[in-house]
Amino acid sequence: MMSARARRLGREGFVTGTVRTMSSFRHDVEANVPALRRYARALTRDAELADDLVQDTLVRALRSEHLFHGGEIRSWLFTILTNLNRNRLRSLARRPMTATLEDNDAPDSAGPEAGGRDIERALDLLVDDQRQALLLVVLEGLSYREVADIQGVPIGTVMSRLARARAQIKVYLDGERPALRRVK
Amino acid sequence: MVDRTSPVTEDELHAYVDGELPVDRRAAVEAWLMSHPEDAARVSAWRLQADAIRARFGNTVNETVPARLNIETLLRSGRNWRAIAAAIVAVAFLVGGIAGWMARSTTEVVAAVGDPADDLAQRALAAHKLYISEIRHPVEVGAAESHLTPWLSRRVGTQLRFPDFAAFDLKLLGGRLLPGESGPAALLMYENGSGDRITFYISKLEQPQTSFRYYTSDNVAAIRWVVSDYGYVVAGPADKMRLKELARAAFEQLENRAPPPPQNRSSADPAVSRKGG
Repeated sequence: MMSARARRLGREGFVTGTVRTMSSFRHDVEANVPALRRYARALTRDAELADDLVQDTLVRALRSEHLFHGGEIRSWLFTILTNLNRNRLRSLARRPMTATLEDNDAPDSAGPEAGGRDIERALDLLVDDQRQALLLVVLEGLSYREVADIQGVPIGTVMSRLARARAQIKVYLDGERPALRRVK
Repeated sequence: MVDRTSPVTEDELHAYVDGELPVDRRAAVEAWLMSHPEDAARVSAWRLQADAIRARFGNTVNETVPARLNIETLLRSGRNWRAIAAAIVAVAFLVGGIAGWMARSTTEVVAAVGDPADDLAQRALAAHKLYISEIRHPVEVGAAESHLTPWLSRRVGTQLRFPDFAAFDLKLLGGRLLPGESGPAALLMYENGSGDRITFYISKLEQPQTSFRYYTSDNVAAIRWVVSDYGYVVAGPADKMRLKELARAAFEQLENRAPPPPQNRSSADPAVSRKGG
């Protein structure tokens, strides 16, 4: 049984290696893998989960190759990943505010990793749409237009998500509970 | 066209930070920031946030991409899926033999050969192992499809109810039909947020009612029981306590009652009901 399957895999591997060269579509998909991993890592703050998301994204993209008629492959891939992550969160039915909030009123102020952990916790506090918008703009360098397409909303909505995300992170990093009003 | 002296909006401050500001507004925004220190502080805070995000996650792109994300690998596994699916039917016929062999070496409970309830558990374990690793096609019919329950009920020959494992953070993905020992079997798959998968297996089994029995094989384990001519198996990671809780939850939900009274033989009789309740 196993040897029959192995033979089949071997044969197809051979055909792939000699006859068919990778299409430019697949090259473009492949070129985006590192950035997809980065975005997924920041979205989930979990390396393993992030690569699962990327894998599902790639499987879907490759399966839909015949449906892709030009256009921005990068935006399309980020759209798939964003949707898959949204589905994941929906299925988790997780509350956007996690226990981290209560357990860590003030950001860590010591240790070499403190900066990285702070920003991770701050990202944790955001609702998913805001986190997506911020990461797509700041980490992936996408334009507001592209983010609007990925999120399926007007540019104005992207900008207000960005504004809310930044305001919340600032409050958190300034060391105040998000619930408290800022007093200056 | 553009008024260089008009007040700067918050949107413009963000656009300035993100390089989205029209060139002809740049000077106006920069002049504004000179005279509005609070806004200047916000802008620099946003830039620091962006720096922190890039510093924390930016290095991911320099890592070696894991083999499972290799495009050629993914394409190969995609092409082979149909062939593998066809082979699954063949595998199912071999399962009994393989499971029996595995039982000799690894199961905690070494059953008498040919005990139908143990065969059932082994079949369920083999199906569990086969399908939990499936990323693209873990189930045949998804949980969202309304015909999942009627279809499996019809094939398995009883009105099926699927346990709700929400209390364990597990969500029903869907199910599939499998060949069982004495007729079709249904396999339901559940998954939690971290991709942990549990399966629930049901098949007709005309055997006396039994209590829970635990089996392990490699890193997975199963608990099976028999009620009213049907055999049930919950399979998952080899964590006896957790699996026991899952099995108990499933049992209680399916029997529609509070904690299972182990010696209660009259529970199947609907005429025996609590009085004065």
